[in-house]
Amino acid sequence: MVDDLYQEIILDHSKHPRNCHPMEDATRKAEGYNPLCGDKLKLFIKVEDDIVKDVSFVGSGCAISTASASLMTESLKGKTRDEALKLLERFHDLLTTDSPVSHELGKLVVFCGVRDYPARVKCATLAWHTLKSALNGAAEPVSTE
Amino acid sequence: MSTLTRVVPAGFDVERIREDFPVLKQSIHGKPLVYLDSAATAQKPNAVIDAIRRFHEVDCANIHRGVHELSQRSTAAYEETRAKAKKFLNARTKNELIFVRGATEGINLVASSWGRGNVKPGDEIVISALEHHSNIVPWQMLCEDKGAKLRVIPMNDRGELLLEEYEKLLGPRTRMVAVTHVSNALGTINPVGRIVEMAHRAGALTLIDGAQAAPHMKIDVQALDADFYTFSGHKVFGPTGIGILYGKTRLLNAMPPYQGGGDMIKTVTFEKTTYADLPYKFEAGTPNIAGGIGLGAALDYVNSIGLDTIAAYEHELLVYGTEALGEIPGLRIVGTAKEKAAVLSFVIDGIHPHDIGTVLDRQGIAVRTGHHCAQPVMDRFRVPATTRASLAFYNTFAEIDALTAGLQKVKEIFS
Repeated sequence: MVDDLYQEIILDHSKHPRNCHPMEDATRKAEGYNPLCGDKLKLFIKVEDDIVKDVSFVGSGCAISTASASLMTESLKGKTRDEALKLLERFHDLLTTDSPVSHELGKLVVFCGVRDYPARVKCATLAWHTLKSALNGAAEPVSTE
Repeated sequence: MSTLTRVVPAGFDVERIREDFPVLKQSIHGKPLVYLDSAATAQKPNAVIDAIRRFHEVDCANIHRGVHELSQRSTAAYEETRAKAKKFLNARTKNELIFVRGATEGINLVASSWGRGNVKPGDEIVISALEHHSNIVPWQMLCEDKGAKLRVIPMNDRGELLLEEYEKLLGPRTRMVAVTHVSNALGTINPVGRIVEMAHRAGALTLIDGAQAAPHMKIDVQALDADFYTFSGHKVFGPTGIGILYGKTRLLNAMPPYQGGGDMIKTVTFEKTTYADLPYKFEAGTPNIAGGIGLGAALDYVNSIGLDTIAAYEHELLVYGTEALGEIPGLRIVGTAKEKAAVLSFVIDGIHPHDIGTVLDRQGIAVRTGHHCAQPVMDRFRVPATTRASLAFYNTFAEIDALTAGLQKVKEIFS
């Protein structure tokens, strides 16, 4: 049933997103856009000595994309750039493959239900696409299409 | 069960009509399908499915070429649809009806072929704030190509075009006014007769996008005096990939071909090609024959119910649905024009349309969520997207009750 998708923790983060504010001293920024639903997201990251010190975001989107961005910001702090990119891969696998769930994902496993809703995968990955673009220093807004 | 009034036109039996649509007899996620997305594409009655099957099983051959029996049969069936479309739109002659892939191609044909010879730098094309992307982008491309200017008729907060503002946009440089008959995103029915009349007074031509009007109301291109009118087959219960462009003979004759190829020529040599007469001049290559035949069956089917009956029943569904949705706290209907087709576009405070769409889907209810290929309309109402329930004559009052119950479930999850 639909409760598999909208687990309690997802609903909580969509209603009360964490780290949802602009960051003035961000060292990297990127914008993400999902043309399918019009969701927009701005991501702010402070990287020092290759470590993600702080992450925040602003934007408007559905429950899945907001919760995904919120939980992503929580799970990135303290990670190195490579660790962050690796987590992105694991997260992507969680949503798009049947591979066993990686323990590195932690709380992010709550998104495993998205697998059964192919039309919603892009909602869950918008923040992560934007992360990749921020870490790689892309200038253009990243699109899910 | 709602206590709202349900009015059904005399002689209209929706349960009997639903029997004609096999797709409606299924369950989705264990619940009976409630299909509320007919503005995206309408479902197909058996009459259409059977006509397409019969063509492939019995009459399949290329048209306009063979002397053999099958080719003559397929040609006759395909051309019969042109005659049916003439009647459907009340055109003067069959030659004014061009087969296209859909309304999008109809608009592109005019923007490209008519635009090539008639638009100069500094000229103006007028569209409206209600347009689908298909009636924006082709004109934008033309304007960029020619150094012309795109002007936009604004609308009010109900989603109605402001005719006094439109009047101000018209001038000696206006070449074309291209507006939708019915808005796909909001359901607004535009006063296209007046819009055409005002354009003509300014010396401009008109194109009416009838994609959302054709399934819901009688169309008379002569009464409207529209210069071009186009609609898609799949929205009028026919197959995808086929549609009709109507154009006045005088204008079509003066326009160059849209695409070159077989069937659109009289004679071809390497030095010079002479083009076929109307309507074939605009129909290069083997067309969507099965689609054309299916469209003919669809128009017959719609006529067998009658567009006046359809419009009357759908209006009752719209009134009922508007009241039912209006009772849901935090729900706001976007698009509240006085003249409106059976489209309920809405937003709910704090809940994103995609979450609404997913939760409804799990209850078997199919709605469209997103910007409906009308991003400027969304911008105008300052929403990123809406949820849209669009109705057809096979929908029932009980299905609207299912929608409101589904929305209660949405609110339970997200509030």
